[in-house]
Amino acid sequence: MIRLEKRASPSRFWLYATPVVAVLLTMVVGGVLFALMGKNPVEVIRTIFWDPLFGEFAFYLRGQLLVKAGPLILIAIGLALGFRAGIWNIGAEGQYIMGAICGAAVGLAVFPTENRMIYPVMVIAGAFGGWAWAMIPALLKTRFNTNEILVSLMLVYVAETILAKAATGFLKNPEGMGFPGSRNFSSYPAAANPELIAGSGLHWGGVAALVTAGLAWVLLTRHIAGYQIRLAGQAPRAARFHGVSPGRLVVLCMGLSGALAGLAGLFEVTGPAGQISIDFNTGYGFTAIIVAFLGRLNPLGIVLAGFLMALTYVGGEMAATNLGLPDAAIQVFQGMLLFFLLAVDVLTNYRFRRSAGALGAK
Amino acid sequence: MDWGGIDPVILVATLMASAVPILLAALGETVVERAGVLNLGVEGLMVIGALGGFVTAVHTGSPVLGFVGGAVSGALLSLIFAALTQVFLANQVATGLALTLFGLGVSSLGGQGYNGIKPPATGPLLPEALGDLPVVGPILFGHDWVVYFSILATAVTWWVLKATRAGLIIRAVGESHEAAHALGYKVNRIRLLCIAFGGAMAGMGGAYISLARVPQWVDGITAGAGWIALAIVVFASWRPWRVLLGAYLFGGISVLQLNLQVAGSGIPVEYLSMAPYLITILVLVLMSSGRGRAAVGAPAALGQNFHASR
Repeated sequence: MIRLEKRASPSRFWLYATPVVAVLLTMVVGGVLFALMGKNPVEVIRTIFWDPLFGEFAFYLRGQLLVKAGPLILIAIGLALGFRAGIWNIGAEGQYIMGAICGAAVGLAVFPTENRMIYPVMVIAGAFGGWAWAMIPALLKTRFNTNEILVSLMLVYVAETILAKAATGFLKNPEGMGFPGSRNFSSYPAAANPELIAGSGLHWGGVAALVTAGLAWVLLTRHIAGYQIRLAGQAPRAARFHGVSPGRLVVLCMGLSGALAGLAGLFEVTGPAGQISIDFNTGYGFTAIIVAFLGRLNPLGIVLAGFLMALTYVGGEMAATNLGLPDAAIQVFQGMLLFFLLAVDVLTNYRFRRSAGALGAK
Repeated sequence: MDWGGIDPVILVATLMASAVPILLAALGETVVERAGVLNLGVEGLMVIGALGGFVTAVHTGSPVLGFVGGAVSGALLSLIFAALTQVFLANQVATGLALTLFGLGVSSLGGQGYNGIKPPATGPLLPEALGDLPVVGPILFGHDWVVYFSILATAVTWWVLKATRAGLIIRAVGESHEAAHALGYKVNRIRLLCIAFGGAMAGMGGAYISLARVPQWVDGITAGAGWIALAIVVFASWRPWRVLLGAYLFGGISVLQLNLQVAGSGIPVEYLSMAPYLITILVLVLMSSGRGRAAVGAPAALGQNFHASR
């Protein structure tokens, strides 16, 4: 009989090895899945993981990596702070949408004024939109002890209806011939979020993501608030005795993650997406949950995980156009990755032992 | 009778049918949570059930087999959750979310080629003459078999949890897994069975959406029904008859808002379609605040994994 035995302390080796093992397992099982769909598994895996980095069109695709990784990292860092403290904000998609709408609304309100201050104000408005949307579940949690998971998720559906209203109503392009969607920011320089270095894919969102990762690392490892977050997650009772106010922590973590998601939405809508449209949001808010766990809820790990997940997006698009792989296959692939990660993670806290018979060495 | 273009008899009759998916899923989740497991993957289970049921029904031509197929596919997917949380002791919140993301992906992958097909119809169970009776006809006799099944399932779940030995064991495992383990019950095995039951119920609920409510296959067909089911379990303080009440309340709201859209009530469509979600939040707040604290009814070991160290 093989049985599990709890480790005295978590294994440092497996803490870092599990993401790697999970990725390898996902490649193997994903390969089987692709083979069942009648594709050459080796070719698909190479298209997803190798070609965007070193293939024929890598010069363009490498830039795309940063475009996709930016919002994922930005959102995932905020979520990870909450997850560390046992606060489950899973409505980042809604906060992302509301940030984009608020920020875009500010920019569109002053169209066509040209002023250097417009974009910074839009950025603040975007962060505010996401923050305000996240404050709803946070305040309901602290005031009425309402489950933040369900409330934040319900608000995603509400945000999506508001987005539909924005794209077809109050933010619609008046010169858009009646088509849904706002004015395009690429033709409004004061409010646009262009590529900073040609071909690199780096825009302000990418810069914000990398800076935030650094700041979050400092917060978690060097600042009292980060210590309280970690303490509240690992030993809630001890945290209470230490004087950590659970309510303040909820407001802090939800607020931070909401603001970061809102920022990601603003950078996306003014940059790569270009305009508020009914479906400009592509599920980054949900994928970021996978990124947060894959990065071990650690800001630096999340940066790596964000790039890996971006690789599956960019490579997945390549596989879709070149090999006819359905888009949904990539979604399945990403879901599998999270499953394997959660399964392999058992090795961090437990070890497998062979017990010698029922009465063993006890 | 006619209130502003809405017939109350038809309203009650349709709300009973529209509540079926969330009712079935919420009943399953009630049992799962009573056993101390928080499965946030209901949405994924429902969407897989919707696809599994649809595909089975289209290929066999039998709507009844379709519901069986939905239940089986829900149960199979929930076994992944069971394996991860009960064998590999993974975090239940994270695993549930992963299950939803995975389920949505698998369903949209597997559902390709099924768009635009009509499934075999699920007709009324009782003779039409009964359904044509005024007022009581549509409300009591005009439904398909799944509506009656869902009410029966509520009664059975209530009876099993309250009055049987199996129910007692499930509740013991959910209230104190240490004590249940000390009494010699296989905590993780019991939980695994409950999770599979919850998966089957959610799958069947999903199948009702794709076979009877919509009825066709659309990507992401469940549109948050699984999350509403989770909210209803909290609303119901983990009690089956209150689950029925909650499901009918939400069924009523969603039918009413659709009717108001059709009737052209002057309230913008967007506000009407966000109403079910906003009201869910409102009810959650009311249930969890003040004297009616939801936490009072929650199983004590909810969301905690159990590892038998001795």
